Parts: sequence; C-alpha cells; structure tokens
Amino acid sequence: MNPQLLQLICFYLFGFIAVVAALAVITLKNTVHAVLSLVLTFFSAACLWMLADAEFLALALIVVYVGAVMVLFLFVVMMLDIDQEKMREGFVKFLPVGLIVAAAMLVEMLGLIGVKAMHAQVMGADPAVVAGVSNTAWLGQALYTKYLLPFEVAALILTVGVVAAVALTLRQRVDATRHESASEQVRVNPRDRVRIVKMDAVRPAQPTPVPPQEPSS
Amino acid sequence: MVDQLINHLVWPIVYILCITIPLILAVAMFVYWERKVIGWMHVRMGPNKIGPLGLLQAFADVVKLLIKEVILPTTANRFLYYLAPMLTLVPALAAWAVIPFSGKMVLSNANAGVLYLLAMTSLGVYGIILAGWASNSRYALLGAMRSAAQVISYELAMGLCLVCVLVLAGSLNLTDIVNAQAGHKGLLDWFWLPLLPVFVIYFISGVAETNRAPFDVAEGESEIVAGFHVEYSGSAFAIFFLAEYANMILVSFLSAVLFMGGWLSPFPSSWGFIGHAGFPWLLIKAFLFSFLFLWFRASFPRYRYDQIMRLGWKVFIPIAIVWVLVAGCLKYFGWVTIGTGV
Repeated sequence: MNPQLLQLICFYLFGFIAVVAALAVITLKNTVHAVLSLVLTFFSAACLWMLADAEFLALALIVVYVGAVMVLFLFVVMMLDIDQEKMREGFVKFLPVGLIVAAAMLVEMLGLIGVKAMHAQVMGADPAVVAGVSNTAWLGQALYTKYLLPFEVAALILTVGVVAAVALTLRQRVDATRHESASEQVRVNPRDRVRIVKMDAVRPAQPTPVPPQEPSS
Repeated sequence: MVDQLINHLVWPIVYILCITIPLILAVAMFVYWERKVIGWMHVRMGPNKIGPLGLLQAFADVVKLLIKEVILPTTANRFLYYLAPMLTLVPALAAWAVIPFSGKMVLSNANAGVLYLLAMTSLGVYGIILAGWASNSRYALLGAMRSAAQVISYELAMGLCLVCVLVLAGSLNLTDIVNAQAGHKGLLDWFWLPLLPVFVIYFISGVAETNRAPFDVAEGESEIVAGFHVEYSGSAFAIFFLAEYANMILVSFLSAVLFMGGWLSPFPSSWGFIGHAGFPWLLIKAFLFSFLFLWFRASFPRYRYDQIMRLGWKVFIPIAIVWVLVAGCLKYFGWVTIGTGV
C-alpha cells in the first residue's frame, strides 16, 4: 500500500461523502438535517483540499464556514416554524421552473468547462513547493505583498458590511414597556442606586432602670 | 506491504492512544482535584471516602455513569440526540493531535497547527447546539443558544490573541512557536511579557469558551438547571463531561505552549539541571493554569449574560486588535529580542 494509493482511496472516500451529503441537503425533509448535511459537505470539501496540499484554504473553510457561518444558519433554521406538508405542496407546480433553471445551469457550467478546456494551460508546478515553503506561508507572502491592495479593499468592503449589519439591527422598540435596555443597565452608576451611609456606632441611651414599684395596697 | 501498513496505520493509532488514554485519566483526576480544591475553599473536606484520600472517587463516578440508563426523551430527535455528545467529544480529542509535549514529542508537527486548533475548537459548538435542539426541551435550548453565542463571541478575541503570538513567532507551527521563545534568560524570554494583556485575554477567553465559571450562564444551575445537557443521563452525559474537561486541559496546555514557553525551563540555562528544558515543565505549567479554572470557579459570582457579551465584544476584542498593532511594531522595529529564538 503505497502513499499514492492511500491518497487516492482517501480522495474517493471524501469525494463520495461530499456528493452524498450534497444530495442529502436537497432531499432530506427535516431542515435541520439538511443544514447538517451541508456542514458535512463543507467538511468533506475541506478534507479534499487538504489532500491537494491546500491546507490554509481547507482550515479556513472549516473555521469560517463550518465554525461560524453554518452555526448561525443552523440557529435560524432551528428557530423556523415550518409546516413540512405545506412546504411540499407546490412541488408539481414548481417542477418545470426548477428543471429549466437546472438545465440552464448545467449548460452554463459545461460551456465554461469546455472553454477552459480549449484554453487549457498546463498548470505549472505548485508555487509553494517551488519556493520551498509551506502553502500557508506562501499564501501569506503573496497576499501581503503582491496582492496587498485587492486584499485591503476586500477587507474594507467586509468592514462596511459589518457596519451596515450592525446599523440595520440596532433598533430599539419604543412601545415596549417591559423592556430594559442593556446599555442603560451597564451605564448605571452604583451610587445612584444604593447610598451607603457611614454612621458611627452609638451606644443607645441606656434606659434608666425603673425601680420595681412596691405593691401598694 | 505489511511494513507500510504498520507505519501508516498501526503506529499512528498507538501514538493516538498514548495521548488520549492519559488525557482521559487526567480528566478523571482533574474532576477529583476540582472537588477537593473547591471543598477546601468552602472549608469542607471534599470527597474522602472512596480509596485513600478519596482518590478513587472519580472512577466510582465513571462506573456509576456508565451503568446508568441513557434516557431518551419521548419528543427528542433520536438520531441527533445520540450524535450530539459524540460531536462534542471528537473535536475536543482531535485538537490534541498538534500539541507538542516536548521538542520531539508531537503527534502531528503540522505547519498550520494553530489554524487546525482554531478549526477544531470551532467545531465543538455543533455538539452543544444539537444537544440543546434535539432534546426538545426549553432549558436545553436556552442553554444551547447562550453557549453557542458565547463560544462564537470569545473565539474572535481568542483568534486575535493568537495573531499576536503568530506575529512574534513568525510561524503557525506550535513547535516553532515554543522554540521562538527559547533564550538564555528563561522566564523573561517568553511571550507573556511583551504580550501581557493578550495573555490575560487569551486565558479569560479560554475560560469563557469552555463555559466555565464565572462565564457559565450556559449551564447556570440556578436559572436553567444544566443548560444544553439537562436531558442527558448516564454515559451520554459522561461524554459531555469528558469533552468539557478535556477542553479545559487543552486551554491550559495551549496557554502554556503559546505564552509560557511550553516545555522550556523558567530558569536561565546557566543554572544547570533545573535550567534544562523538558516535558515536566509543560506539565507543571499546564497544571497551574488548570488550577486557575478551579480557583475562578470557587471565587467569582456568575456574570450576567449581557455582561459576558459586553466584555467579549467591547473590551477584549478592541484591546486585542490594538495589541496586534503593538506586536507588529515590536517585531518590525526589533524592540524585543524574543521571538527570534536562540
């Protein structure tokens, strides 16, 4: 069992899992199961990239998509209150539209692959291997030197997106009566709420003992 | 053929067992130590009946949990309910693959070790969410949501802290990161000194990421009973428990590796025997960090949920971002000699 063969077996294994999981995404009835299948698809894709020595891309895929994006996605899907039967009602009605879209996409993809194949350039050797450094190090070098400007522009666009998302969700209900604003709570000064008074310990005045009254007769 | 099979399959499995079995034993003893320490801090005895000094208590607990019935709630989603504990445990154990125990002792000396760690720790959240959802219980769902929000928030701060270490070390490989901290001054050569704020943030984020006190709103016994694993019993619960403690020990080891020089000796190399680097130093450092977890738990009251979010997003992340710049300057202008190795 030589390493190449092992790699090939792993490739087909991961590829098979990725395809089956991708099919499961669109066939499973339970939406949560579908989202989890999508997670499995991403994970298998990351394993495939890892086999292709693209370790940075593979790990970034897991950290970003599996670890963050899909978690939020899962949240949303879990909170949805979907009537499964209702969702399946329009199947026959929408089937032609779906088939047309699928066919169009297939033609486009085939065209793209065909054009690429005609202009096929023999892929050069892996530049990271040529430079004698790891894939991650090479990618970092390329991003921060040769492609610094596009990289920074992309970062800026993402930041704008973050600001926009925050601005969109930052709203306060004016009609809510039982609603406490967290920022208001945080800004509270303890001194406004509780006043601690320093008092000297004072011995209470001793009541003068009342002499027992003599029973008067 | 047989030789290669042994090289590619048998030896890695042996190495993996060499890490996981001591890890599981360490978890058992850590649980005992936790109960003992908290007992002392509460002026109690802690477990002291089973075995000498109560040392076998943890094993008795394990046996008890294993022979108990795993109860499936009637409205639970059967498949996901059983899948969730495994999804929590697997990343918790898999992350150990890249931890270097000494200069030579490492299972996988991966070049992108730190990235791999980030990837694995970010996977652990799935087990929590699924456990909460599949249980079909209100408390479990609330706990899962709190926990997931907390883990995702603190992962960012943690990632930025890692960036500072990477800038100084110039590598994603954990062995290289430790080697970059080597020097003749011992303790003063490590990254904790130039990265002090980041070091503190990293460890606190680690506590928050493992949902431990004082950040344990996800479990909050007094509010939502036990959070995401409230419906679990027997061995399924034991797996969650194991994963949580394995993660705590992982954070302790990582703090030691990233900021406290890993297996390097805290004494100057000229001090003879105690100045030598070696595996025991890493164990001592990790033990001290894991002790901090218990100390925090017995000392601090629980944070409120919005306070946790505020601390993570508005305090830790800005400080960490600023320190990324500081670390860059330290490296670029050569203001620190550490990070260059010996």
